[in-house]
Amino acid sequence: MAGLLVFSEHRDTALELVSQGREFAGALGVGLSAAALGAESAAWAADLGAHGAARVFVSDDPAFDGLPIDVLATALAQIVAQADASIVLLGSTRRGRELAGRLAQRLDAACVSDVNSLTLDGDRLVAGRYNLGGATIQQEVLETPVKVFAVMPKTFAAGEPANGAVEIVPAALTLTPSPVKLVERKPKEGAPVNLDAAERIVGIGRGLGKREDVSLGEQLAAALKAELACTKSLADFQWLPEERIVGLSGAKTKPDLYLAVGVSGQIQHTVGISGARVIAALRAALADPAT
Amino acid sequence: MGVKICVCVKTNPDLQMVRIKNREPVLEAVPYKVGDLEKNALEAAIVLRDAAGEGAVVAVTVAEGDRKIGETMKEALALGADEAVIVSDPALAASDQGGIALALAKALEKSGPYDLILFGEGSSDGYSGQVPGRVAELLGLSEIGYARRLTAAGAGVQAERSMGDIVEVLEAPFPVAATVVSEINEPRTPTLMNIMKAKSKPVAQYGLADLGLDAAAVAPRRTVVSNLAEEQDRKHVMLEGDAAQQAAALVDALVNEGLLGR
Repeated sequence: MAGLLVFSEHRDTALELVSQGREFAGALGVGLSAAALGAESAAWAADLGAHGAARVFVSDDPAFDGLPIDVLATALAQIVAQADASIVLLGSTRRGRELAGRLAQRLDAACVSDVNSLTLDGDRLVAGRYNLGGATIQQEVLETPVKVFAVMPKTFAAGEPANGAVEIVPAALTLTPSPVKLVERKPKEGAPVNLDAAERIVGIGRGLGKREDVSLGEQLAAALKAELACTKSLADFQWLPEERIVGLSGAKTKPDLYLAVGVSGQIQHTVGISGARVIAALRAALADPAT
Repeated sequence: MGVKICVCVKTNPDLQMVRIKNREPVLEAVPYKVGDLEKNALEAAIVLRDAAGEGAVVAVTVAEGDRKIGETMKEALALGADEAVIVSDPALAASDQGGIALALAKALEKSGPYDLILFGEGSSDGYSGQVPGRVAELLGLSEIGYARRLTAAGAGVQAERSMGDIVEVLEAPFPVAATVVSEINEPRTPTLMNIMKAKSKPVAQYGLADLGLDAAAVAPRRTVVSNLAEEQDRKHVMLEGDAAQQAAALVDALVNEGLLGR
């Protein structure tokens, strides 16, 4: 077995993965490499080394501008060969999850995405992820020579940086610009939402019945000093922005209190609150004397 | 010249009907239906086709096994697809994303070429999101993931997508693959007229051999060690009374849990 290679375009996730990758590489007796691709991530190549990568492949080739998936897959396939890697750890961010399938196909590899647990069983990595819309957790082992795991952000903790010798390798890559052109890139409007770290959350769902009632949720959240969250279907109605979704396609939260209002409790929502200490639920019918 | 759009459809077990028994999912007698995000993809395809004035929307599915896939795909035709392509073979029952993507790519080569290949960003059941990237790679196409807006732009498409804390607008020439998120549209409900029309729309059926593949080519390359429901231990306290009494009881309960101060 050859080495591990870590890549995420998201700095914190990349540091989490090299921190855990160091543990896996140590247990397997193999080397740990990382890739820092694009002008932005090239800047934190040294941080990847400080968190455990022995070698960091770096490129700020202009073909990476906008981080197109086809160019990233081409580059990583070449780096996998140069690093002699057989285990690839990606961040299962939106971009990373999109990259995972494409890279796996390029490498003729099996792949697991949205991994929320990854453990060594002897010399095999066992990956856990939700299945059946969150009703079950499926544990999988990959059987191909090269294996791709896209791991959810915050699955692992980033370790403390250490002063170690890191070899920064300017990656020799043959890249073709993507036919997909980035026309515009803008920060999302509105205040940032951090449901992951919220201690109290008021979650609202379709049981509210009408858009104006979202303000009741806002008032309740304000009174409780809680963050306001919602189910996916409420965001599909565009009553609240998608950053406020809790569940399989949104945040996985672990507040002290999750107060659900008008939430039916479908599994794809409740997987996002299973880490809550106390879950309280109000049937929306209570708030609406007409029903 | 119209636009030829393929929508890759996965049919999923109706997740509302899946029961858990001794932590195991019970899938027997659970009906299958067109995935939710695939309905968004179909809707997006129909809107693009109609905006172009002419063209075709072909719904393609790989049936994982030997189910009554024809009936499920009638739903895609009733929603507005012009044709359906069904790949089915007993060997696909145990396949993984790599095998499904290979069968799908071969079916697209055989039934295409297409200007645009659309997917949901993940299936309702497994939601791995691997298949679109694998198919695009196999066909040598570029791709745009997570489109929440998709419009024609010259001989190609423009898409807007949200990538965490940023919003991107991308353009790509045909041929291109794209995945959609549920925000993109509200899928139409089939009219009775369209349900009737769906019965006479063309449906092509392929087996693996028709695509130059065999069972070995789609054999799974992962092992599922277990697939069990999470265990949760909750108190299950039900508060009684009218709304005011329940509200007071809830506040008391939260105070007792140390979650609210007086």
